[in-house]
Amino acid sequence: MIDFELSEEQQMIRDSVGAFAREKIRPAARPADESGAIPAALVSEAWQFGFVSGAIPEKFGGGGDTRSAVTGAIVAEELGFGDISIGLHVLAPRLFAFPIVEMGTDDQRAKYLKRFAGADFAAATAAVMEPRFDYDLSAQHVSAKRDGAGYVLNGGKCYVPLAAESDSMLIYATTDASKGYAGVDGFIVPRTTAGVTISEREKNMGLKALATYELTLKDCHVGADARLGGDKGIDFSRLMCESRVAFAAMGVGVMNAAFEYARDYAKERKAFGVPIATKQAIAFILADMAIEIDAARLLVWEAAYELDKGRDALKASYLAKNYVANSALKVTDNGVQVLGGHGYIREHPVEMWLRNARGFSAIEGIATV
Amino acid sequence: MIDFELEPQILSRLQMFHAVSEHMMRPISRDCDEHEHTKPTQFYESMWSASAAADIQVGNDRSKKADGGAAAAPRRANLMTVLSTEELCWGDAGLYLSTPNSGLGGAAVMAAGTPEQKERFLKRFKEGKPKWGAMAITEPSFGSDSSQVTTTATRDGDHWVINGTKIFCTAGEMAAEKSEGFVVVWATVDKSAGRPGIKPFVVEHNTAGMTVARVENKLGIRASDTAALIFDNCRIPLDALLGSAEVRKEGGFKDVMATFDATRPIVAAMAIGVGRAALDFVRDFLEQQDVAVRYGISPRRLTAVERDFMEMEVQLQAARLLTWRAAWMLDTGKRNSLEASMAKAKAGLAVTLITQKAVELLGPLGYSRKILVEKWMRDAKINDIFEGTQQINMIIIARRILNYSSKELN
Ligand SMILES: Cc1cc2nc3c(=O)[nH]c(=O)nc-3n(C[C@H](O)[C@H](O)[C@H](O)COP(=O)(O)OP(=O)(O)OC[C@H]3O[C@@H](n4cnc5c(N)ncnc54)[C@H](O)[C@@H]3O)c2cc1C
Ligand SMILES: Cc1cc2nc3c(=O)[nH]c(=O)nc-3n(C[C@H](O)[C@H](O)[C@H](O)COP(=O)(O)OP(=O)(O)OC[C@H]3O[C@@H](n4cnc5c(N)ncnc54)[C@H](O)[C@@H]3O)c2cc1C
Repeated sequence: MIDFELSEEQQMIRDSVGAFAREKIRPAARPADESGAIPAALVSEAWQFGFVSGAIPEKFGGGGDTRSAVTGAIVAEELGFGDISIGLHVLAPRLFAFPIVEMGTDDQRAKYLKRFAGADFAAATAAVMEPRFDYDLSAQHVSAKRDGAGYVLNGGKCYVPLAAESDSMLIYATTDASKGYAGVDGFIVPRTTAGVTISEREKNMGLKALATYELTLKDCHVGADARLGGDKGIDFSRLMCESRVAFAAMGVGVMNAAFEYARDYAKERKAFGVPIATKQAIAFILADMAIEIDAARLLVWEAAYELDKGRDALKASYLAKNYVANSALKVTDNGVQVLGGHGYIREHPVEMWLRNARGFSAIEGIATV
Repeated sequence: MIDFELEPQILSRLQMFHAVSEHMMRPISRDCDEHEHTKPTQFYESMWSASAAADIQVGNDRSKKADGGAAAAPRRANLMTVLSTEELCWGDAGLYLSTPNSGLGGAAVMAAGTPEQKERFLKRFKEGKPKWGAMAITEPSFGSDSSQVTTTATRDGDHWVINGTKIFCTAGEMAAEKSEGFVVVWATVDKSAGRPGIKPFVVEHNTAGMTVARVENKLGIRASDTAALIFDNCRIPLDALLGSAEVRKEGGFKDVMATFDATRPIVAAMAIGVGRAALDFVRDFLEQQDVAVRYGISPRRLTAVERDFMEMEVQLQAARLLTWRAAWMLDTGKRNSLEASMAKAKAGLAVTLITQKAVELLGPLGYSRKILVEKWMRDAKINDIFEGTQQINMIIIARRILNYSSKELN
């Protein structure tokens, strides 16, 4: 039955994460963008929300919460509103932990999940993207070939968040190139495994506070027990739907940040004797931003809802994410435009949001709900 | 709790509307477009009896009051209206607008009338022969700026006397002359009072002094008559004034605005219906041509056609979700002026572009009158114009998000 109201619990989560994003994350965003470093204390404070540990089963010391993609999208949006780079950093351990919760074997759960139930931030990550112009989630070039009892991995990855500080990572590789998404598997690979080389930190246009790395895998041997889900394997398509929903939800947060900032500026800034917001040329831009934010959010929620119902959300999540990729760029660009020359200056955050938003069309797989 | 599911009862009702679209509208769609002022009387009769028999409520006949009997069930009236409107406009938006019912006139009676007036004026739509209701506010000298009403209503003993010219009145001909319907006419009782002086009057069909001066020739929705009405010392009884004659800040004109909160999502839904018609056609066409639309692949490997198609699809869905939200807000008693305008502005523009793109994607076939796609492009455009143009809805949205009055932003 159609309903657009958040549950009480979701409303509470939205309020508390939203307040944290506004009061704690946002002030840290610009310094982090400039320096590339996120204060450990902030990461630690975010960890206390239980974004990761909450979903770890109770028997491994976690909160045992039932995951909901809709709730995940709400959290992701608020963090994205605060700062997407910091948000991605804070949520990065999910990239490793959640697929294990959802699709791992009992042994894998027992072995890896405990570390995410503790009081301290536990860095972990996943390697999805590959450095190619026509990179395709369903056609991973990194391969995992059977080799005796285990597998041998070869190829290159990029945009791997926190790779240098993660003990283990989840590396996605093709086991059967004829099967598309179904032919992709996940492998739990300790960082120190022979054949794994982690590059210098990547230098990107935006998301500058998020440490990301390239990964080279050269005849990297892992045991059969490294394969996520064991012989059953995984539903990689679903994992990528969860990823699109999370990243898109963060995009909605970025749009909302740009909108709020531009709206408030436009009411203050005077030109020709009146606030620029009283001119239709500016007011209509702001109205358009508001429409696009609501439209994008509803598309994201709908895709998340499909996931929560256990359905195939490929189309919904793909369209929602592409929609966000386009509209976030347009909305953040408008944010700069409304501020005029001042928008171009790094004293204001709008140029940062524009740089961050450009990443949505290029990057996949660096967040999950 | 966030939910995007339509319950089975709603879905089965929608199938009924879909059947009406498919079997009663589509077959006569082209003909009604090519022969603009020829009336599909058979269609009117069928729709009229279908709505009586199968309880298919077409148009805006919705009770604003929750009916006591169904108090336990959540109200779904506005959601159902936008859903059925989409379904019917998938069939034909012009025919949808020409369907005999109380129309915008009925909506005005519901919004501004007393219980007695509602009974008196609306009863007819449940009995006898097909009838139409219409609403006339637009005049030759203004459209968007509806505070500029120059048509006057002057008290003369037991009567109001209406003088002025109204244009672009949907179903005006059917309501004023060709059925036992009525036209709700907005006229000022006190020019010096501005907006609060503008009041709605119900003028019965064939009232002396009301004439249909002209029926317009249009770009699209040609099955719907758009009439110019002249009121020349048109005398109507005192109780034809909806609500109170008193000139105060509240009431009267505010009621027009209140109607828009309910009717804008409906116009958005009209647009969405037309857009879906075009999208469905293109989808089937691409399938026949063995052109796959590959969801999930690298955006850089998509063909231009795939990209266009996906963009049409997601824009339509975005507009639909905004529209459902606006309707849901009405159903749950929330103020929705902002959200109603968002839905209308988004749907009006998105579908204008979607249908234009559909013509383009189909190549020479798209431009041909052999198929209906070019007609849908012409039909779609009206949704970005009436019930508040794109720009007027943007102003409303901007005022709300900026917290500006109409003086501060206009
Ligand atoms: C890198 C850089 C180099 C520059 N170099 C020079 C230089 O060498 N010399 C120099 O003198 N200046 C220079 N400028 C300043 C530049 O010309 C101004 O930034 C520009 O004119 C816009 O003014 P503003 O930034 O004050 O924006 P504002 O005037 O505050 O405008 C803000 C927004 O409101 C809009 N707006 C303003 N008035 C209206 C209106 N009436 N109707 C509708 N919309 C309106 C604008 O389009 C803009 O979107 C430079 C700026 C930058 C960023
Ligand atoms: C087929 C059809 C059916 C209709 N049915 C009805 C009906 O049943 N009853 C009825 O009363 N009316 C009806 N109308 C009238 C309709 O509501 C008006 O056409 C509409 O409100 C626009 O008014 P206008 O045509 O006078 O345009 P104008 O108001 O003259 O506007 C012209 C252009 O200027 C823009 N504009 C106007 N004001 C502003 C502003 N402040 N800022 C920025 N831009 C602005 C508009 O967006 C538009 O693009 C119908 C119209 C059509 C075409």
